[in-house]
Amino acid sequence: MDFVPASKKEEKEMLKTIGISSLNSLFKDVPKEFLLKKDLKIPKGLSELELSKKVSSIAAKNKIYETSFRGAGAYRHFIPSVVHHLTMRSEFYTAYTPYQAERSQGMLQSIYEFQTMICRLTGMDLANASMYDGASALAEAALMATRISDRKEILLSETVHPDYQKTVGTYCHANSVKINKLPSKNGIIELKDLKKLVTDKTGGVLIQNPNFFGSFEKIKEIAKIVHDKGAILVVSVIEPTSLALLKAPGKLGADIVVGDGQSFGIPVSFGGPYVGFMATKTKYIRRIPGRLVGMTEDTKGRRAFVLTLQAREQHIRREKATSNICTNSALCALAVLIYLATMGDKLKEVAKLSMSKAHYLAKNLNKVSEISLFNKKPFYNEFIIKVKNSKSVLSKLKKNNIEGGVDLGKYYPKFKDHLLFCATEINTREEMDKVIKILSRS
Amino acid sequence: MKTIFEKSVPGQSTVQLPKSDVPEIKINSLIPSAYQRKKLNLPVVSKINVVRHYTKLSQRNFGVDQGFYPLGSCTMKYNPRINEDMAALPGFCYPHPLADDKDAQGGLEIYYELEQYLKEITGFDAVVLQPAAGAHGEATGAMLMKAYFENRKEKRTKMLIPDAAHGTNPASSSLCGFESITIKSNAEGGIDLKDLEKHMDKETVGLMLTNPNTLGLFERNIKKVAKIIHKKGGLLYCDGANMNPMLGVTRPGDQGFDLIQLNLHKSFSTPHGGGGPGSGPVGVNKKLIPFIPTPIIKKRKNGFYYRDYSPQKSIGKVRAFMGNFGVIVKAYTYIRSLGSNGLRRAGQHSVLNANYIRVKLMPHYHLAYNRICMHESVFSDKKQQKYDVSTLDIAKRLLDYGYHAPTIYFPMIVHGAIMIEPNETESKSTIDGFIDAMIQIAKESKENPELVKSAPNNMPITRVNELKAARDPNLKWEE
Repeated sequence: MDFVPASKKEEKEMLKTIGISSLNSLFKDVPKEFLLKKDLKIPKGLSELELSKKVSSIAAKNKIYETSFRGAGAYRHFIPSVVHHLTMRSEFYTAYTPYQAERSQGMLQSIYEFQTMICRLTGMDLANASMYDGASALAEAALMATRISDRKEILLSETVHPDYQKTVGTYCHANSVKINKLPSKNGIIELKDLKKLVTDKTGGVLIQNPNFFGSFEKIKEIAKIVHDKGAILVVSVIEPTSLALLKAPGKLGADIVVGDGQSFGIPVSFGGPYVGFMATKTKYIRRIPGRLVGMTEDTKGRRAFVLTLQAREQHIRREKATSNICTNSALCALAVLIYLATMGDKLKEVAKLSMSKAHYLAKNLNKVSEISLFNKKPFYNEFIIKVKNSKSVLSKLKKNNIEGGVDLGKYYPKFKDHLLFCATEINTREEMDKVIKILSRS
Repeated sequence: MKTIFEKSVPGQSTVQLPKSDVPEIKINSLIPSAYQRKKLNLPVVSKINVVRHYTKLSQRNFGVDQGFYPLGSCTMKYNPRINEDMAALPGFCYPHPLADDKDAQGGLEIYYELEQYLKEITGFDAVVLQPAAGAHGEATGAMLMKAYFENRKEKRTKMLIPDAAHGTNPASSSLCGFESITIKSNAEGGIDLKDLEKHMDKETVGLMLTNPNTLGLFERNIKKVAKIIHKKGGLLYCDGANMNPMLGVTRPGDQGFDLIQLNLHKSFSTPHGGGGPGSGPVGVNKKLIPFIPTPIIKKRKNGFYYRDYSPQKSIGKVRAFMGNFGVIVKAYTYIRSLGSNGLRRAGQHSVLNANYIRVKLMPHYHLAYNRICMHESVFSDKKQQKYDVSTLDIAKRLLDYGYHAPTIYFPMIVHGAIMIEPNETESKSTIDGFIDAMIQIAKESKENPELVKSAPNNMPITRVNELKAARDPNLKWEE
């Protein structure tokens, strides 16, 4: 089944208008030797009925866990039905980037509202229209920090999500930025280490809060040390429901706040699409990558929205642009916006429930013999437990249709037989009691 | 229109969450007061008002479903609904990105199979689905080229980019620290071979070439171009944003390109979502395979799919996890729907429609390059300038007629460019309607230029004050 409506008669008429006799003559600019002589080795097209059966059968090969305690950058939260229904309004989802302001006020205003939401949550002055995901947002923030400070080194905490660390590594290598690693102690950054490692050459310091191990970093104290050396502090927030309880990083001294909005109304979907966000201070307005929407007026003085400060962007600035980003993650940003508008102050309840459940699970797992809680410092909704054998723990849970935490051994050699567990408002006490019971049986 | 923040009524009933079934944490003992949020400044809006607000906003927007969207180089084709249904299947929405391979066989199969299809369609040896958008794919491509030369211990610092190229090309190249060198176009809209030969040397990475280019023209001299680049040991990069007309007809991998990025949200029918999420897969030939981002999806003889993180020379990761999976499912579904015949028909008819518009509009608008085109053609406002009507005016007037505007003022080498890409999913009657509107606007420009210059007149707003927006930036709502 294809989506070409032209009838044979119409095709003929059009060819005649153009003044050629066959579709093949349309390709006379392509050297003959490069024209395909045979069909592509792609299976024959399917009708919608066959297609639906085929693709559904592939989806069915994925195991769906009703009960999961896996987080680590992809969180299962409750998504109100309105989020899906409204983002699927085809005026939004079949539109391109809002270049024609007069015909795109809907998307433009929604981006402006998204920017506002992100500013309020992060405590920053301005936010962009979105980035691909949290990891690429952090990488862009690293480069932005080196440009602001005019220094070609960054300090990257090992308590940052490993995929995020890798992404930062890729971008920084390409840009000839040197990365120094900031170690942790008891699951958080030790201020003493930080003091030693931030130097006059450090352009930016990259941390995550709550960090990859679930614990809270001392942002305020960290900011002071970073700023004393003239460096930029970048805070990454990848479980942003936490912001409902935590003071905004911008109020604690962060210069750039990035993160992923997936927790706000976007399913985990095997890793994407998600949505990155980036916010900063007014003084860096011309340094921020990505699109910005501003409020202005039309010729009749009515409120209007438009893409603005585009002189930073690739289509104007080309090689001197603040980034190469063009398409971002607008529809996911819309989902985040609608989620936040729907939840309002109830986001606090989401955060409290998630944190309470994680603490209930952690406390009770810690009582199980052969399991100990790694986090000595306060944590949000993720924590690490040390077990005797991580593989056997996971497989025991799996036998009971429960997806356990992430095995950290493959990311950090020192965390062999450590599991990162996550709980959200989705998880019930019954599920958690089941986990505790299963793991109590040795 | 009022913002959602102005519609907030504190205390209004909104959503309900389940009561806690575990003891509530004592925040004060876990988060020091200095680190606690005192006020969560989010709007409080009842559900029906949230629904009405965003429904109303959607009505102030325009997508492919609302009408013809001939935005050049963006390939705004029909977004099949079946794709959405498939991507929303619980089997695809629920799996965690770090699910065990054994639990994610369906997801890994989609990745693996789509890679195979895209290899076949483009003629490359490997495809990686990690990049999240076209420009992200370009950056990944530039990083791969950098890694390739680093591995060969060759110091190459310059990247050649045609003057007709999309701005993301030089910006992606800068992301790798390369200096962008602009290559001139020749009189027929192709690469100026002499200029290319002059600049291509052993300190140059290669050329980032959009083919067909942003004028909608296929590079006739592609063989010579490839030869010039390869003779000096360089790499030829294909910006595949304009892959659509080549589907099933010709393959960049056969034309001499070493790597490509595709835009699944253009050529492969996934919706653009008002600015993303997209997906920008990268295809490479053999010599670049060692450097592609990890994990690599592999298939054992027994049919088991798994993720391989081992390649040592990989550039690493360009994002978290593996890719925009939801978008990837949609593109997979699209390719299975069309099959080999459907893909070829899509390619052919995108070119048929573009040439039909080219011929029909030629008497009324100045055509920048009078040649058979591929998926799009570029006109300008040259004929309308004498009435003081500009490309911007023509674009805005089209909105009044119920069409989205073409891409305007790009490529920059055509003064006042109007870049029209119809794509294959539009019927002749729709295209005829658009042509009539364009002809009418040409007539209005002559007879009643003020009408065109004041357009749009039946949109929710009139033209916006962009200067004010830039001079006095208001980027967030403040009470």
